[in-house]
Amino acid sequence: MRTSPSLLSLTIDSAVLNLSNIADLSPLPDHIVIDLFLRTLRAGKLTEKVLKLFIDTGKDEVFSLIQALNIQVTLTPVLPTTIKDDEVDIVIGALRSDLTTFMNEWRPMFSRFHLIIVKDPDLKEELKIPEGFNLDVYGKPDMDQVVGSSTSILFSGYSCRYFGYLVSRKKYIISVDDDCLPAQDPKGFLVDAVAQHISNLTNPATPFFFNTLYDPYAEGADFVRGYPFSLRGGVKCALSCGLWLNLADHDAPTQALKARQRNSRYVDAVMTVPARSLVPISGINIAFEREAVGPALVPALKLAGEGKCRWETMEDIWSGLCVKVVCDHLGLGVKTGLPYIWRTDRGDPIASLKKEWEGVKLMEEVIPFFQSVRLPREATTVEECIVEVANSVKERLGSMDPVFARAAKAMLDWVKLWQSVGSSSSRSSAV
Amino acid sequence: MAEPATATQAAAPAVPQLKDELDIVIPTIRNLDFLEMWRPFFQPYHLIIVQDGDPSKTIKVPDGFDYELYNRNDINRILGPKASCISFKDSACRCFGYMVSKKKYIFTIDDDCFHDAALWNVYCDFIYFHLTKVAKDPSGKAINALEQHIKNLLSPSTPFFFNTLYDPFRDGADFVRGYPFSLREGVPTAVSHGLWLNIPDYDAPTQLVKPLERNTRFVDAVLTIPKGTLFPMCGMNLAFDRELIGPAMYFGLMGDGQPIGRYDDMWAGWCTKVICDHLGLGVKTGLPYIYHSKASNPFVNLRKEYKGIFWQEEIIPFFQQTVLPKDCTTVQKCYIELAKQVKEKLSKVDPYFDKLAEAMVTWIEAWDELNPTGSSVINGKAK
Repeated sequence: MRTSPSLLSLTIDSAVLNLSNIADLSPLPDHIVIDLFLRTLRAGKLTEKVLKLFIDTGKDEVFSLIQALNIQVTLTPVLPTTIKDDEVDIVIGALRSDLTTFMNEWRPMFSRFHLIIVKDPDLKEELKIPEGFNLDVYGKPDMDQVVGSSTSILFSGYSCRYFGYLVSRKKYIISVDDDCLPAQDPKGFLVDAVAQHISNLTNPATPFFFNTLYDPYAEGADFVRGYPFSLRGGVKCALSCGLWLNLADHDAPTQALKARQRNSRYVDAVMTVPARSLVPISGINIAFEREAVGPALVPALKLAGEGKCRWETMEDIWSGLCVKVVCDHLGLGVKTGLPYIWRTDRGDPIASLKKEWEGVKLMEEVIPFFQSVRLPREATTVEECIVEVANSVKERLGSMDPVFARAAKAMLDWVKLWQSVGSSSSRSSAV
Repeated sequence: MAEPATATQAAAPAVPQLKDELDIVIPTIRNLDFLEMWRPFFQPYHLIIVQDGDPSKTIKVPDGFDYELYNRNDINRILGPKASCISFKDSACRCFGYMVSKKKYIFTIDDDCFHDAALWNVYCDFIYFHLTKVAKDPSGKAINALEQHIKNLLSPSTPFFFNTLYDPFRDGADFVRGYPFSLREGVPTAVSHGLWLNIPDYDAPTQLVKPLERNTRFVDAVLTIPKGTLFPMCGMNLAFDRELIGPAMYFGLMGDGQPIGRYDDMWAGWCTKVICDHLGLGVKTGLPYIYHSKASNPFVNLRKEYKGIFWQEEIIPFFQQTVLPKDCTTVQKCYIELAKQVKEKLSKVDPYFDKLAEAMVTWIEAWDELNPTGSSVINGKAK
């Protein structure tokens, strides 16, 4: 039986989590400073600022540790952001119980931020999460409490993460699948997917005219000749869709056909998806401004045979189409491209195909529908837009397949939920 | 695993693709020394050289190339009064080359664009990266620009739904989950728009503010520009299917005697995109890269294009709102209709557009005269 931790130990753990609030460590006794330093290292929370905090104590043992461990201040700056750490929530939908490797591999990128981990209500085992993170974990009991047990059905499988979006109170959300790890860029450096998403969201998008040098706000790039100056201010970027190395996000038939194909092409670009152009937004690696488009990410399309592999679902594709239509209507931008994450091999596409192939067929109806949706001028908030889309779905797709009728209802329920449980309604920006 | 290619090892393909179906059109006013660099890639093909400026000057073409050369006298002789639509003292004159060509495909390039050792290094870095991760393309050969353009033109485009993995027809890529199967066949590709490393294609104000900026970012992607989206088409590194879209590639009235310059390719690009969208054809952008070596004088550029900077604020909305009627089923019909709308809606911006609209009609008349059997008529599906 493990001995329970001492009060001192708990205090030091708490201090590690609150380092950003501590201004001066020198009053602390030496041995506690050392202990704190070591635990900070283990937690992956040693930043330049924190290192300075320890150095400023003037304690010899701290210096010897720094020398012995060869800790050096890195000169390559982190991507400059104007976002404060406390404006971001990282939401992870846990479809597997053991998150140890996942969390440890992402630690350098995640540890600065608050995390929301939402457990798939169908998952029976206890979650295994390593220490050293500032996080909240939610499961079925929380869902039942917040939304009622009949509505919590919205959040099964991959859709569990939407519960995290609902209860978050932060401005930005970043979400990756729990079978993905940080990727390496062509130079061998680990990609900080979080920082890249934040950069995408805080720089404008340019949906009204295509820039052939892709992201004009990237270092070393700009708008090309022929780009109207009146459009160079851009619009707010509401959603950033990242990509995947190794196992790309193909559907089951494609992956079954090309069983050994893995994505090794690193395309060094971020670009805005043009207005009125629809795009399949994969939920594997996304980030969005919750305050701008939160209600538009809807856990609505649940396939009859929906499963626990991405190619057994279409919920994110549906959600992404809703977001794009709303963004186009409200004059917001959607970006795609960097960052890449590494998606681990998992699942058997042929088995999935045997189980569920209706989803692939449904797209034939879904795409033309979304291409023809027209939102009225009076819809000026995200919620109003989603209600319009939901009604349209019910009217035009409801009779085609019960999955659409259910999706329409789920969208309306979601908007109501968002209005009662989510923070105050999103800022609108009518065109 | 193959060694990465060096500049000397990078060889032209053993059998040049489309050797008898592709013309390379080059406008020039100075000399053609740059052709030496391109020799391994261009020598198998037929060149159409359009000599701008003083026709009495002799432009020396390096030995060993198969070419036809046209100067201003030739243009006047061949087109008669219709020669008025071909610009003088501006690289826009290149579109005369498109008109006289008898081939299916055109590749056009500026005479200050190269392959270069630095570019090979960039290509090699990326090919080496791919080779170490996945063993394929064992030749390790860097793809030359022309070859990539041909690949782009010979594979379909996907303008109706954006593929997040970019060109699904490239090796190692495919359509992503959610992409409807009915759209996976794609449509014929009419235009392949390549990019440039080193000197980027900026307008004069940007050049003045950022004189030292160089494009060093190699983006390993080809993508289809979605239907309904306009883009700034640069004529420096461009290939197109002349049979599908040729008549739309009129590079306008620029240069001598005109109030504007450096908007030739822009104008052609906007017309072309609108017509491609209408006829269900595709436009790709991205690879290949060429190495753009010479930075033009930003003050000269500013004088040429400053009107364009104001006018484009009106021109873009015009093209974005243009609707072509269903009965415009050929490129020529679409273009004549566009010319009509330009006259109607843009003349109020400047009387230049009146002249331009007329020149657009003259261009189509000249095109049809030189290409009589309707080689550019296609069974277009007007949308």
